[in-house]
Amino acid sequence: MNEAATSQDSGSDGIIQMIDVNKWFGEFHVLKNINLNVGAGERIVICGPSGSGKSTVIRCINRLEEHQRGRIIVDGVELTNDLKHIEQIRREVGMCFQHFNLFPHLTVLDNLCLAPQYVRKVPRAEAEETAMMYLERVKIPEQADKFPGQLSGGQQQRVAIARSLCMSPKIMLFDEPTSALDPEMIKEVLDTMIELAETGMTMLCVTHEMGFAKTVANRVIFMDGGEVIESNEPNEFFDNPQHDRTQLFLSQILAH
Amino acid sequence: MTTTWQPSPDLPPPASTVGAVGWARSNLFSTWLSSVFTVVLTLITIYFLWQILDWGIFSADLAGKDQSACEGDGACWVFVKDRFNFFIYGFYPDAEQWRVNVMFILLAALIFPHFFENAPYKKALGWIFLTVYPVVSGVLLLGGVFGLEFVDTDKWGGLMLTLVLSYVGIVAALPIGILLALGRRSEMPVIRTICVAFIELWRGVPLISVLFMASVMLPLFLPEGTNFNKLLRALIGITMFQSAYMAEVVRGGLQAIPRGQYEAAAALGLGYWRSMWLVILPQALKLVIPGIVNTFIALFKDTTLVLIIGLFEVLGGVQAAVIDPAWQNVAVEGFVFAAFVYWIFCFAMSRYSQALERKLDTGH
Repeated sequence: MNEAATSQDSGSDGIIQMIDVNKWFGEFHVLKNINLNVGAGERIVICGPSGSGKSTVIRCINRLEEHQRGRIIVDGVELTNDLKHIEQIRREVGMCFQHFNLFPHLTVLDNLCLAPQYVRKVPRAEAEETAMMYLERVKIPEQADKFPGQLSGGQQQRVAIARSLCMSPKIMLFDEPTSALDPEMIKEVLDTMIELAETGMTMLCVTHEMGFAKTVANRVIFMDGGEVIESNEPNEFFDNPQHDRTQLFLSQILAH
Repeated sequence: MTTTWQPSPDLPPPASTVGAVGWARSNLFSTWLSSVFTVVLTLITIYFLWQILDWGIFSADLAGKDQSACEGDGACWVFVKDRFNFFIYGFYPDAEQWRVNVMFILLAALIFPHFFENAPYKKALGWIFLTVYPVVSGVLLLGGVFGLEFVDTDKWGGLMLTLVLSYVGIVAALPIGILLALGRRSEMPVIRTICVAFIELWRGVPLISVLFMASVMLPLFLPEGTNFNKLLRALIGITMFQSAYMAEVVRGGLQAIPRGQYEAAAALGLGYWRSMWLVILPQALKLVIPGIVNTFIALFKDTTLVLIIGLFEVLGGVQAAVIDPAWQNVAVEGFVFAAFVYWIFCFAMSRYSQALERKLDTGH
């Protein structure tokens, strides 16, 4: 099925190129020959059962996980052990986590200003201005002086999205951004992500929100056992899944 | 048809469960057994408090100059008064003691504002405390420049020596301990091994043997004629010993920080040192404030051990004074005084740490 995945890619020089990527956790072969080519502005949803390696794939893109074989090229820079390259890529790639991972000892505003100030060397006043702009975009400018612990889960995740955006990334990675949220709060986060998609951001989302996949994604990728089983544009993916494993998965998550 | 839900109004709690009466009822007199304990313990407390106050204040002797002034049943504070100078300054020359006083006053002035939440310039004062203050104090105490008479460290003693040992120990042990803790969690095997070896070595020996080694053994290994200051040796010994403890306290804090914090910092492009300095350490150190202050307090009291290498800090000074034949039966007064001095400083550190914890609480 890997050929199918590559054939639909938007050219050979995408903003993210993963070529025959393999990864092991000790003896466990967690990623098997992953080939993925993401074009600038593409929005990709990755789904699959737990333990399928979907989070590991996106965590390899900003080197939170190290791949052992194959090549990953992000924005023209190949990920190797070279720390300079890793930091260069991390500056251009934003990431949102399942548990938000805001810095609890800093106010919302300081969370947003930290990386621009210390990594991009932006003056404080300018960093604050950018931060407030993004807080308005995620619709919580009034929370700027609060601490993360005082916000609801949905608000925290929107702050986390704004924090990543403050670094003006070219690519945004989302690792199950709504899985830890109460049902009432999922919508506000998804709305923020949909608005972000409308700006033309390149996005890779690991999520089980199939409604989001249908409205936003250019491409849906289904993974199981560390392999890409199926990759297709959303309508085809949901209406006409090719692989019986995909059919089983969809029937399970769409049944309720 | 829809009905609009109205929340029920909040009612005040019953009068007997709030206020002083409510508190006493639920805490002191909740059952008959509890009431008996309350009454009996109150009487015992009053009795002992009376005994202590009577000995220490009401029947105590304060006026006079020597043993003959102490005829009553109470404490002989005349002794402490007579030897007060020695307990504070050691053998520091009388004419030069103003230099020590300047050091004390500067110390108090730099520390005092930190006990108040809204005091101004706290950050600047903190940096002065860590950078300018030790240099100024060192020059003042040691002398030999700017027309100040040179006072050798042999003459240092009493509270002044206690503060010098504690200050250097505290200010040096925390940063070294932090570096050791980070090193012990390093992914680089060489650094990790060095840090583990250092920590386990120093933590595995009693401080008293460290001091003894430093004062007796070390000179044997050094080239003939090398004169290595005794106080400096004690300072190095105390610092190494306490940094090993500090490292383990800080490591406990580092381990309590969730992986997600490291990942979020990394994902934002913060490198190792900036992640540690801006994200991980502020949280980790805050978590272990009680442990850090505990180590500081232990360090403060452990400075008494320099007695065995012939340095006389407060307790050593008292010990030397109570065996003076000019005074009899004053050991209790001397040790009570020493205990009180240590208690004041340790209690202040404890209060400060609690204030700091409250200030840094961000509700997570």
